[in-house]
Amino acid sequence: MKLSISHQTVYRYDHQVRNVVQSLRLTPSVFEGQKTQEWRIDVTDGIRGPGFRDGAGDWIEGWTVRGPTDQITVSITGNVETRDLAGVLRGHREMINPLTYLRDTRSTAPAANLTKLANSVTDRTDILDLAHGLAAAVGEAIAYRPGVTEASTTAAEALKLGEGVCQDHAHALIAVARLRDLPARYVSGYLHSTIDGEAHDAAHAWAEIHVRGLGWVGFDAANACCPDDRYVRLGSGLDAADAAPIRGISSGRGAEQMDVSVQVQEAEQSQSQTQS
Amino acid sequence: MVRFPIIDEHQASLRAGAVLNGGKMKYYNEMFEGERVRDPYARLNDWIETMPDDFRQMKQAEAEALFRRIGITFAVYGEGGDPDRLIPFDMMPRVFEQAEWRRLERGVKQRARALNAFLRDVYGRGEIIRAGRIPARLVYRNDAYEKAVVGVVPPRGVYSHIIGIDLVRTGKDEFFVLEDNCRTPSGVSYMLENREIMMRMFPQLFRKNRIEPVDQYPALLRRTLESVAPPKCNDRPTCVILTPGHYNSAYYEHSFLANLMGVELVEGADLFVDGEFVYMRTTQGPKRVDVIYRRIDDPFLDPLCFRPDSMLGVPGLLDVYRSGGVSICSAPGAGVADDKAIYTFVPEMVRFYLGEEPLLQNVQTWTLWKEDDYKHVMANLPDLVVKEVHGSGGYGMLVGPRATTEEIELFRKKIEANPSNYIAQPTLSLSTCPTFVEEGIAPRHVDLRPFCLCGDRIELVPGGLTRVALREGSLVVNSSQGGGVKDTWVLSE
Repeated sequence: MKLSISHQTVYRYDHQVRNVVQSLRLTPSVFEGQKTQEWRIDVTDGIRGPGFRDGAGDWIEGWTVRGPTDQITVSITGNVETRDLAGVLRGHREMINPLTYLRDTRSTAPAANLTKLANSVTDRTDILDLAHGLAAAVGEAIAYRPGVTEASTTAAEALKLGEGVCQDHAHALIAVARLRDLPARYVSGYLHSTIDGEAHDAAHAWAEIHVRGLGWVGFDAANACCPDDRYVRLGSGLDAADAAPIRGISSGRGAEQMDVSVQVQEAEQSQSQTQS
Repeated sequence: MVRFPIIDEHQASLRAGAVLNGGKMKYYNEMFEGERVRDPYARLNDWIETMPDDFRQMKQAEAEALFRRIGITFAVYGEGGDPDRLIPFDMMPRVFEQAEWRRLERGVKQRARALNAFLRDVYGRGEIIRAGRIPARLVYRNDAYEKAVVGVVPPRGVYSHIIGIDLVRTGKDEFFVLEDNCRTPSGVSYMLENREIMMRMFPQLFRKNRIEPVDQYPALLRRTLESVAPPKCNDRPTCVILTPGHYNSAYYEHSFLANLMGVELVEGADLFVDGEFVYMRTTQGPKRVDVIYRRIDDPFLDPLCFRPDSMLGVPGLLDVYRSGGVSICSAPGAGVADDKAIYTFVPEMVRFYLGEEPLLQNVQTWTLWKEDDYKHVMANLPDLVVKEVHGSGGYGMLVGPRATTEEIELFRKKIEANPSNYIAQPTLSLSTCPTFVEEGIAPRHVDLRPFCLCGDRIELVPGGLTRVALREGSLVVNSSQGGGVKDTWVLSE
């Protein structure tokens, strides 16, 4: 599938800010499932800083904006050709030992309800089967409903609520996978929703579970599937904060307001969604 | 002239030893071999014997005044009271002869090479784990293992540039490593100050004894830092010391070293990232910084990479570091080598990476997450020293032979709650050195922390920080637990 992506993040500040520093994980991963044909990152009045590929295989770029300014736009445009690999992250070069992803963070910390859910998946023939089972269990236990959870909601809290968005599904799946001793991580990216698909965010997130023999395999518990050619992968981390596409900080007082709009369109067949 | 009383060494040892193992424990006395004064201490002994009666009190007061004036103080966590408390200084030096020191030096350098090889390996291919010599879990699930720097090879492959190795002596030729400090070991300012003060107060001692100097340390440290400048630096490197600020207990040391090295002492807010580099704000405008000797811990270095709430660090620093725009000493992630659980494998590292036999021995260590070790330790708590895996400074530890039954039982409960948080070691019979005490001169237990510098070369100044447990019979030398410091002499041949 040929996907064209347009992604704007606008930061508006109450007061003028200076020395804005950002670390961007906003470039598509390199693996057999996707080929980037064109990719452009722009930051208003920004100076492109260091760019490098980290141990997880993600391309990271630092940007600085000297200011003073009261508005910064991070804009992405590009085209990616995708292939359906049934979720398998084949041909992705990375150096981090999978065991590193057994470590918990605040967002994925174990809790009684997570343990119960993790142990409810039984009679599985192998690890891949177990991973599918865990993803299905999380999808059933947490219904998709925007607006009930926040960025700081933990896996245990979302499970208790029984509702949440893709971030909560991913955190919960990571938590239960780790409880079953499977290395798991958070993946951020884009999703092109098909006509019959639900109106999920085009800026999407899912989980990857390490399956011996296969390597990392993606599971989208929110959509009860494995990532296919509708997905564009950007980067990974121990949790949402660790995998965040944009991490930034500025010097200056006052509040910051953020607006995001993402459009993922099929190159031939035009379709879009906007989220704000 | 009145002879200064020397408390019967043998008696004192026995008194201290009586508490341990029912008196079976013997301590190596570094000054006396039976009745005979050991060679390195011969001239010191003359000095003591001819010392006037009131001389010591006078000199002790002078030393304290000097320390106050210089401002060397040490905050003790969790004890309240005066945060600018003086760390007690004992005027009686500890002496090594040249041959003893050479042996130690070889051992320390060997260990430093192995620790850096280990760090290069675990942030690279992890050969030692693939070879089954160290359990993968201990490394990859370790809190100090930084995923963010996997694959980053710092200049010259050095992760830990200043390694403080804590050594204890149990016999004439028996030295053991108690722990390694690969992150930001402190105490080197005491090594330098103790010498400075001894030289000011007792110049005649330095004329009579041929003592190897230590005052080249700041120059060597600066040379070491400059030797690991990043690939993108093509001028004489600008080095800085990054401190968390004056509330930190080691702030004095940070400013002291910056001063002696002739480099700027900065806080996070003095540095900023712009484009591909890190700059410091100066009155002449921004100045690019090439090497940062940081004295703040990994989680606080960069809110964009580690703890987002950190106000101490420099936003974007890790991106600049990882792309070769700045060097950080010690490199982020170096802490995985000095964890108390990893410690047990350092001799294995020496064999694996260097193909050599370790010159310095480890203390036997039981790891409480192993069932057999757990059983042994729980059955022998009154005889053992138990430490937290991530603890430091002598906090949160149990010295079995010194603890009351109640304290032991309380600690037992802590261990039961989280066994993998603890390791245990036998109570070592730390050597003693003569030390000034109220009643005269008496043996007190000591350890030693030499500071090994790793850059393009590996260097060790002849000396280190000798810590002394001032309380009679005490084996805990940490300054936070009533320990003091001594000047450490290495005699020239």
